Amino acid sequence: MLAFLLKRLSMAVLVALTVSSLTFSLNFLSGDPAIALGGESATEADLQTIRETYGYDKPIPVQYINWLTRAVQGDLGQSHYLNQPVSEEIFQRLPTTMALGLCALVFALALSIPLGVLAAIRPNSLLDRFALTIAVVGQAMPSFWFGLTMMLWFAINWRILPVSGSDSWKHFVMPSIALGYYITPGVMRLTRAGMLEVLRSDYIRTARAKGVSKFSLLFKHALRNAIIPVVSLAAVQFGFMLGGSIVIETIFAINGLGFLAWESIQRADLPMMQAIVLVLSFFYIALTFFADVLNAWLDPRIRIG
Amino acid sequence: MSTLENNSLEPMADAPVLSPGKVMLSHAKSHRGLMLGGLVILTIMLVAIFAPLLAPHDPYAQVLSRKLVPPVWFDSSKATWDHILGTDHLGRDYLSRLIYGARISLLIGFSAMLISGVIGTVLGICAGYFGGRVDMVISFLITTRLSMPVVLVALAVISIVGSSLTVVIWVIGLLIWDRFAVVVRSATQQVRGLDFVASARALGSSTPRILFSEVMPNISNHVIVIATLEMAHAILLEAALSFLGLGVQPPTPSWGLMISDAKGLMFFDGWLIAVPGTALFLLVLAINLVGDGLRDVTAPEDRN
Amino acid sequence: MTNTTKPILSIRNLTVALPVKIERANAVQNLTFDVRPKEILCVVGESGSGKSITSLATMGLLASSLRVTGGEIEFDGRDVLTLDQAEHNALRGDRMAMIFQEPMTALNPAYTVGDQIAEVFRVHRDYDGDERRKRTLKLLEEVRLPDPERLYNSYPHQLSGGQRQRIMIAMALALDPKLLIADEPTTALDVTTQKQILHLLKQLNANHDAGIMFITHDFSVVAEIADRVVVMRHGQIVEQGTAQEVLSNPQHPYTRALIDAVPRRAQDRDHVVSEHPVVIDVQNLNKTFHTAGSMFKKSRTVSAVKNISFQVRRGETLGIVGESGSGKTTLVRCLMRLIDPDSGAINISGVDFASQTSAALRQHRKDIQIVFQDPYGSLNPRRTIGSQLIQGAINFGVSREEAWDRVYKLLEIVQMPKYSVHRYPSQFSGGQRQRLCIARALVVNPKVLIADEAVSALDVSIQREVLKLINDIRDRLGLTVIFITHDLRVAAQICDEVLVMKHGEVVERGGVGRIFTAPEHDYTKALIAAQPGQDWEIPMMAEFAPQAAARKVGTL
Repeated sequence: MLAFLLKRLSMAVLVALTVSSLTFSLNFLSGDPAIALGGESATEADLQTIRETYGYDKPIPVQYINWLTRAVQGDLGQSHYLNQPVSEEIFQRLPTTMALGLCALVFALALSIPLGVLAAIRPNSLLDRFALTIAVVGQAMPSFWFGLTMMLWFAINWRILPVSGSDSWKHFVMPSIALGYYITPGVMRLTRAGMLEVLRSDYIRTARAKGVSKFSLLFKHALRNAIIPVVSLAAVQFGFMLGGSIVIETIFAINGLGFLAWESIQRADLPMMQAIVLVLSFFYIALTFFADVLNAWLDPRIRIG
Repeated sequence: MSTLENNSLEPMADAPVLSPGKVMLSHAKSHRGLMLGGLVILTIMLVAIFAPLLAPHDPYAQVLSRKLVPPVWFDSSKATWDHILGTDHLGRDYLSRLIYGARISLLIGFSAMLISGVIGTVLGICAGYFGGRVDMVISFLITTRLSMPVVLVALAVISIVGSSLTVVIWVIGLLIWDRFAVVVRSATQQVRGLDFVASARALGSSTPRILFSEVMPNISNHVIVIATLEMAHAILLEAALSFLGLGVQPPTPSWGLMISDAKGLMFFDGWLIAVPGTALFLLVLAINLVGDGLRDVTAPEDRN
Repeated sequence: MTNTTKPILSIRNLTVALPVKIERANAVQNLTFDVRPKEILCVVGESGSGKSITSLATMGLLASSLRVTGGEIEFDGRDVLTLDQAEHNALRGDRMAMIFQEPMTALNPAYTVGDQIAEVFRVHRDYDGDERRKRTLKLLEEVRLPDPERLYNSYPHQLSGGQRQRIMIAMALALDPKLLIADEPTTALDVTTQKQILHLLKQLNANHDAGIMFITHDFSVVAEIADRVVVMRHGQIVEQGTAQEVLSNPQHPYTRALIDAVPRRAQDRDHVVSEHPVVIDVQNLNKTFHTAGSMFKKSRTVSAVKNISFQVRRGETLGIVGESGSGKTTLVRCLMRLIDPDSGAINISGVDFASQTSAALRQHRKDIQIVFQDPYGSLNPRRTIGSQLIQGAINFGVSREEAWDRVYKLLEIVQMPKYSVHRYPSQFSGGQRQRLCIARALVVNPKVLIADEAVSALDVSIQREVLKLINDIRDRLGLTVIFITHDLRVAAQICDEVLVMKHGEVVERGGVGRIFTAPEHDYTKALIAAQPGQDWEIPMMAEFAPQAAARKVGTL
């Protein structure tokens, strides 16, 4: 188990390093970053000052190492627009996005896992078809359009929920549903497929031959094994969701990381964008790492090699 | 007495040759979702191709005196058969913009899928077939790609490079190859372990030959299924990017852009987002139905 | 042995319908037989005979697509077909129990084996935790598992196949059931493990009152343990009687054919050293595997092939016999250069296969060809048979015309029709696919043909035909054959000489007759002693008059 942990951890660190260098390379996508910063009208002297201030005059590897060293110490750079460290702003906004992501995840899991299990117990039944319809529709629905449509009905026509903002829990209902609904199909399909496969397996037949009750058969013997891959998927999807929350936060004007990202893009605030990409990527890496650990813990075949 | 199994091949001489293709086709014909989805896609494709013939107006022509005309089914004095789906805030014919918007969605969806498909399939086959170090490197690439948030990275890159149709296609294409790679990799690993691949090596087939005639035909079904799903994915991404103002640039008619334009007016004229949204939904739904259908009909036949 | 006690299980006119009429309407038709307490009834049949369906119907575990359309299954005085799920559940695991073929997949990977056995008590009795544990440990002892305390907390993946099957048996015996159904419980096991499990079942049979319904395809196993025998074919019983009657005096032609197909002990033919030239000469071959060693994990090294040398002369068949894990598969893969050996030489007509670069090797690959075990994985499902057969010849620069000529000739030799070339593998049965694989291997005119467990996945009757075909081809084309098998009996039928492998090493080598009659190494002795049905004098079918066979057909 320890060997597995260490191996997995070193992989995570390696991925994180690669992601950070990719993020860093965004600096050079537009050509000379000093010109991008100073504007077309900047004089050569202005540019030189900018280069020195931001360290663009040093060789790229040195710049990267400096940038990385600072990032590891929590200094993700200075916002061009806000003129303050980006980390302050980011950590102020992060909890909102986390809350939104968690709500969406809970909504998605609460909908998809029971539906997936029920659909697998009675394949081709009415319920199975209903679940399949939800999955197909969910995959085809653009989340921003779904969000806007909900807003139109629940906030404008029926006035039961606030239109936008992030002041109370009511503000999070629609965004959570819009965000969570998008990952529901995948989780549901995997739960269904996993359950179907497990229910066909030899050890379920063994359990039936023992006279195990239907309930215990489904939940103790089948779901315990079928849920293992779902854990991984849920973690991966949670990571995707945080990345995708930019659309939802923009629509509902939720003051989170996604909204900040959108604002920064509008303001051409590159350090802020880089920092957000980095934070979300690292979060994803950490998330999948913990999912793998959880997986190993759930599956004795990995836990006890 | 020695022949116990019903080994007689006589009836088989007349039995039809069941090629995998033929079997799939016959399954496909009886698959309702696949046929329905296919029909919808075909219709939208035809509409996109013959857009100039079908669109009643110039999608770019602004008639400010006739802005925000509601669709004909609205009980309004402004509604007119001249603008079946009404006009937008600049007085442009909504139906015409919808028809031309289909071109953008299909073009971007298809091109981005092609780019990501080529990248992902090549990486997946190499990782799955050669294994070892190659697999390690490619798996690492996949993990790295997965850990970067797609929408955010796309937005950041487009905002720096500047937006155009080509940029949008390439950015999306370069970002969504992961599922191709993951699926093709594991499918190739499976096929590679089968004895007919070992036989081919023993019979002196070269590696490219084995990849081409033994591996490829057996993973193509997976590639096709993922291709449909990723095309849908790309279409949704384009819409989201355009919606956020960093995809296709105005005045090009794009469904995502139409929803974005209508955002501020939707509290008064809900149909402005309902119309392009429904079109987008239908197209993606149809593609997904075809993808699911293909998955069903190309599932490997049972052993018996 | 006659047994007049009241049967514990009476199946009367049982008919189970198939969901779609594939070849026949019913999976099982009009089945009638009894199982009495304390007896072992063997139900024998080839694949598709309906033997498993009968047992699943009794247990109430039939797939929902299969429907019982007629008859009764009377267990302990009650027709189980009339029971509802809950009532049937109460019987299962308590009064009737079952063990299955695949011990590797039959246990839940998420729970310890102890908990899985204890669950039987939890479901059917009100014992407290301590009592459950105590009884479970006693069971583990009864099925002769070492160190029950430690084993209780083991997970299935930590145990071997034989150990898992013992766990399954312990689970089945937990509540001393009246009926024990064993569905091919030893088929997936090595022959030495099979012997132990059969022995255990016989012992348990002596100490418990359960009637055992033992399902198998192997008449040697029947000879080993059966009191009575039921022979099934296409869902119907063709013959039943005491083991003595059926084994020594089979009446139905099908039973006779099955018994006739049982691999016989080698006649004491002596191995004559032929004067033909040596075709393949293997010297000191070694292959070691290093399991994924990383920075944090100690790498493990397994010698799969240790210093193996042998020669085979033209027209001879060398058998390589070993149980799972003996290294025979690695050896084959090295010989084919599908994997690279670490050291040693493989000389085939003057070319050392072990030292060639893989590019240089390609032009020599035609000299050695292989037929694999799994008939379903060894043909590409997406290509026509013709394009797969011709590929080899084309690779070696034969013109298309000549290649097609060869293909048609070979199809004739393997007794497959010409039109096979236009078809896809899915339209052929397992035996037919193996014939096609043989043809594919022969298309490049190899000098050596390796048959890697090539008949193991086939029913006995078909097994025999394919073996005969390989023999014919060897004689006709002057091939050299290396025949890999786990089954000494099969090796005895076809080989001139046998190598016995264990843990990557050759422990014994000799002529077939000598190996069987005077084995020298302990492992060889153990292998031979483990063959089931040793005491059975297999009757020679040719001695039966055909009329005698016709007489009793259908009367049972």
